Amino acid sequence: MKVFDEVGRGTINAFAYAGGVAELLTDSLRFIVALRIRVRETLDQAYLLGVQSWAIVLLTSLFTGMVISLESAAQFASYGVSNLVGGAVAFSAARELGPMLSAVVVAGRTGAAIAAELGSMVVTEQIEALLSLGLSPTRMLVVPRLVALVVMLPLLTVLAVIVSILGGMWVANIYAHISTESFITSARQALPFEDVLRGLFKSIVFAVIIAIIGAYQGLQTRGGAAGVGKSTTGAVVTSIILIFIFNFALSYILFGHS
Amino acid sequence: MGLWARLDDVSVRYGPKIVMQNLTLDVVEGAITCIIGLSGAGKSTILRLLNGLKKPDSGRVFVKGREITKMRERELIELRGTIGFAFQFSALFDSLTIGENVALPLREHTKMRDEEILKLVTETLDSVGLAHVLDRFPSELSGGMVKRAGFARAVVTNPQAVLYDEPTTGLDPIITHVLTDTIVKLRERLNGTAVVVSHDLESIYMMADYIAMLFEGAIVAYGTVDEIRRSPNPIVQQFLQGSEVGPIPI
Ligand SMILES: Nc1ncnc2c1ncn2[C@@H]1O[C@H](COP(=O)(O)OP(=O)(O)O)[C@@H](O)[C@H]1O
Ligand SMILES: [Mg+2]
Repeated sequence: MKVFDEVGRGTINAFAYAGGVAELLTDSLRFIVALRIRVRETLDQAYLLGVQSWAIVLLTSLFTGMVISLESAAQFASYGVSNLVGGAVAFSAARELGPMLSAVVVAGRTGAAIAAELGSMVVTEQIEALLSLGLSPTRMLVVPRLVALVVMLPLLTVLAVIVSILGGMWVANIYAHISTESFITSARQALPFEDVLRGLFKSIVFAVIIAIIGAYQGLQTRGGAAGVGKSTTGAVVTSIILIFIFNFALSYILFGHS
Repeated sequence: MGLWARLDDVSVRYGPKIVMQNLTLDVVEGAITCIIGLSGAGKSTILRLLNGLKKPDSGRVFVKGREITKMRERELIELRGTIGFAFQFSALFDSLTIGENVALPLREHTKMRDEEILKLVTETLDSVGLAHVLDRFPSELSGGMVKRAGFARAVVTNPQAVLYDEPTTGLDPIITHVLTDTIVKLRERLNGTAVVVSHDLESIYMMADYIAMLFEGAIVAYGTVDEIRRSPNPIVQQFLQGSEVGPIPI
């Protein structure tokens, strides 16, 4: 019986969580649609986010592009189709790896920072102070971070895609002696431009997940410094899981029939 | 004297824990009302009820005759803009300078031009003795200065009432005296109402027009400073004397 109790409570909590997140998202969208966006704060956040994440995105996607190239070059060579390596690298980079890698990196970096920052504002009563001044924490804090992420994550994704293709090209050249021209031709053929756009659409969805989950967890913080730690890890874990789930769903919807 | 606010038969719970039960309290307009009581008695909660940051589980809250427990969030936001709140730990925004902290409500709620805002912010900081720290960040200030900056932010919009949560707790006697004086002066300058939560008896005797004592979820004593000091209620006497013997469980 106790098991059922716990399952029941877990289900209710999950619904409450989803409801809270949905409410925060609609609240934010209402401010965005009404163009009540604090430009200065948004630019600051976008700059911070770019500075925090570009180097990690660059490194992770560089090595991932290199390893895909390495693995597929060996395989493809044994079938005598090593001229297809460029396609394999570009295809997976633009559709899956670029959006995913940059989202996961940004979730760990910026999602965590959002939760920690808002969480510590809760425990130091700064959120209540905003409310007591008749100001909305959603408008003042959440919307700028959301907009900044939605703008910056696709840019970071473009960086990730380009760097992983370049890394792959380099490895293919050194390791399998595939010429740059052949690599690029193959990449062009395998990857229509719409796929790049679809990959970027994914990264917009991921940006919303990271910003809203981070903000929601931060604003829900209870119980001092320990609470801030919990919110931070909670935000990272939850948003990464959601990114994986949404990635599958989006791939199915966007690419499933092509 | 009119009434500024009234808590009417209010009950508050946090989960299973009952913090207030059928509590009724009147706040006189244009006076300083001090709320005393043990830690955890629910003093901060009373302040949050008065500006609608917290909704009671039952009962009604009136401010200036309007029932705020019936208000929608939009109306509450407007109301909060007219009530200053000085938090126990000041709750200054640590990413903003002192000047920006005090200017924020003006920037967001008024159409004042930058020079006008700067002038008013400087004046307000001056009135709490802080004009020289306009460009400093909260982390660079001492405890007493942070408190006063919090006061400045709470009063800069000329609110009808100011709520102070433990304004002098943990500060040295001289700063305590300065802050108590500041509260009295600000009340006179704004010609408004003040509600002060405190355990600091000396400063309460200095500034209070009325004292309410909160104990086990209810107001057990209410009156002027003299009335409270002469109260026959053993709970009040034990609290005022800081004695271990008496009806308050330790
Ligand atoms: N957000 C909250 N969640 C759970 N319990 C709370 C919360 N806020 C206050 N309490 C509890 O309510 C009681 C009254 O709190 P408070 O009004 O802050 O007391 P005081 O200011 O008199 O010390 C305390 O026992 C506190 O633990
Ligand atoms: Mg308190």
